[in-house]
Amino acid sequence: MAQLPYIAAIDAGIHQEMRRDPSVLYFGQNLATTENHEFVAAYGHDRVRVTPISETAEIGMAIGAAMAGFRPVVELYMAEFMLVAMDQVLNEAPKFRYMSGGQVKVPLVLKAGFGFACGWAGQHTGSLTALFMGVPGLKVVVPSTAADAKGLMATSIRDDNPVVFMHHYLLTLEHGEVPDGEHLVPFGQAAIRRTGGDVTLVATGWMVNRALAAAEALAKEGIQAEVIDPRTVAPLDLDTILKSVAKTGRLVVVDQAPRHATVGGIIAADVVEHGFESLRAPIIQVNARDTTVPYSEPLEAYVIPDEARICAAVRKVCKTAR
Amino acid sequence: MSVPNAQRQIDMLTKMLRIREFEERVKRTFTDHPGVIRGHTHLADGAEASIVGSLSHFKKGDAALATYRCHGYPIALGTDTKAMMAEILGRVDGLCKGLGGSMHLTDVKKGFLGTSGIVGAGIPHAAGAAWAAQIRKKREVVFCFFGDGASKQGAFAETLNIASLWKLPVIFVMENNGYNVVTTSAQEDANAAAGQPLSIKAKSFAMPGVTVDGTDPLAVAAAVGKAVRRARRGDGPTLVESKVYRLSAHGNIIAPPGVPLHYPEHEAITVFGKREEYEAALRGDPVPRFRGILVQNGTLTAAAADAITQKVVAEMEAAVKFAVASPYPKLESALDHVYA
Repeated sequence: MAQLPYIAAIDAGIHQEMRRDPSVLYFGQNLATTENHEFVAAYGHDRVRVTPISETAEIGMAIGAAMAGFRPVVELYMAEFMLVAMDQVLNEAPKFRYMSGGQVKVPLVLKAGFGFACGWAGQHTGSLTALFMGVPGLKVVVPSTAADAKGLMATSIRDDNPVVFMHHYLLTLEHGEVPDGEHLVPFGQAAIRRTGGDVTLVATGWMVNRALAAAEALAKEGIQAEVIDPRTVAPLDLDTILKSVAKTGRLVVVDQAPRHATVGGIIAADVVEHGFESLRAPIIQVNARDTTVPYSEPLEAYVIPDEARICAAVRKVCKTAR
Repeated sequence: MSVPNAQRQIDMLTKMLRIREFEERVKRTFTDHPGVIRGHTHLADGAEASIVGSLSHFKKGDAALATYRCHGYPIALGTDTKAMMAEILGRVDGLCKGLGGSMHLTDVKKGFLGTSGIVGAGIPHAAGAAWAAQIRKKREVVFCFFGDGASKQGAFAETLNIASLWKLPVIFVMENNGYNVVTTSAQEDANAAAGQPLSIKAKSFAMPGVTVDGTDPLAVAAAVGKAVRRARRGDGPTLVESKVYRLSAHGNIIAPPGVPLHYPEHEAITVFGKREEYEAALRGDPVPRFRGILVQNGTLTAAAADAITQKVVAEMEAAVKFAVASPYPKLESALDHVYA
């Protein structure tokens, strides 16, 4: 085990796979501009390349290279940059296998940072995860710890499908224990970050930390929250969530996106459909307020879900429980 | 530059005839078997010489990608026309198991990697496959087919820039058929409006650009051949503007369920009232013209040409018969192949 920052753990996952599999490619903007760049030095220019600011071509070329037998990882930096190329992300990559009747596979990773709520204003702060999770053919990964960042990146690269790898920018320098050597985290297995019997909190990305902080505060009031981090939202480990709700009878979903664009809303709908009899109180969603993320610091803090709002939601479901 | 020998020219004519007769059957199926073809089909009639001339340079290990107007390329590459027709009818024996249809024909075994329904979207896919070929270093190339309309999408500019910068082994074959659905090139292309060939766009990306008569398979083969040799040498891509005239309307009529589908008259007539332009294009139909040239110059006799046609017609009628008789896929198969 080594203490690594989240961002270095992602790189460790890419290194792990590039070392073992010569078909893994890594390319994107502002990457590998000099010969001594660590990935160029290790794997050469055939496999590691800088691109112009051409998201449609980058993602489209990843699709073509994938269909031709390679496993490209596209460095997109900001999740919003995928919006420039949404046809390739939503309408090309996830559909070629299907439309060809299973003749091709499209193993690629779209590595994109998101949620940079630290003064980046309206266009670099979005939490777009839910936008991708409903697209058949895409897998969507949201690591919240350094260990998962490495292990989920490695699994993303080995997966035979297009994977949107959403790393949270506010976790960039968060350190954590990361297993040395080969490390893989399976898709579709949620992590229970904290156990508790009174309420289930489900959160992804940076919101996992906020949910955990809220859980600690609530424990002082005698409320024990179970905090679940799905880790991958497509596939989604609904079973772990349903089992927890069966135990607690209460669910609060926390999501950094505005109300109608959340992973949490989809989880809430699934729990209502499949776990209604377990629920002792209405589900509450704690989301970003319905607005563009503002620049000014207090306004930004007001918009993004915080510990106080999570705690208030938990107190409410505990009070209204049947 | 070597001219294809007599047998290769006869093979080219045969492939052109096979594409034409296949698509004639697609067209006729709308009336012969109403309702069995759904959605939107797009025919390559008028572009057969361009397709066959370009792919005459295709070698094992190469790849080709195209748009939704995709019936011609797999035929030129040797795909089973029964499986193609069954796909267009959405049947279990379809090339793509009925999951793709007319717009998404794919035959990986023959090197036909995929087709996008979005006009410019496949251009970067081809460049990505060319990057793969460049890494493999086996002198393989990728043929990228698209229409003139696609050159106005960002994917075109972005991809040609990277392809040239990286010297990717890809040949961009832009089939300029004069119309983007109902818009003429001069209405939507600054180069066309200025009277310039569309191949001039290559200059912006520091790659060779050439305009060729896409109705002459030998001229296309010569121009694309040069581009293929350049790509195999590792010198990078070429933009080939192949000028053709689409002989059918953009596609069958767009209609809600219950309205019988058919091919309307060409937009030159229905929208612009230019019947003479269309009839002149029909007189220049590349398929009978190439047949006429080969018969006239003694490459094959009229009787031999007729025999080829009869054989091709029989093949395509069998394809329709096969497709109509093929059952629909099992309902649960709609859930197959979502993930690998």
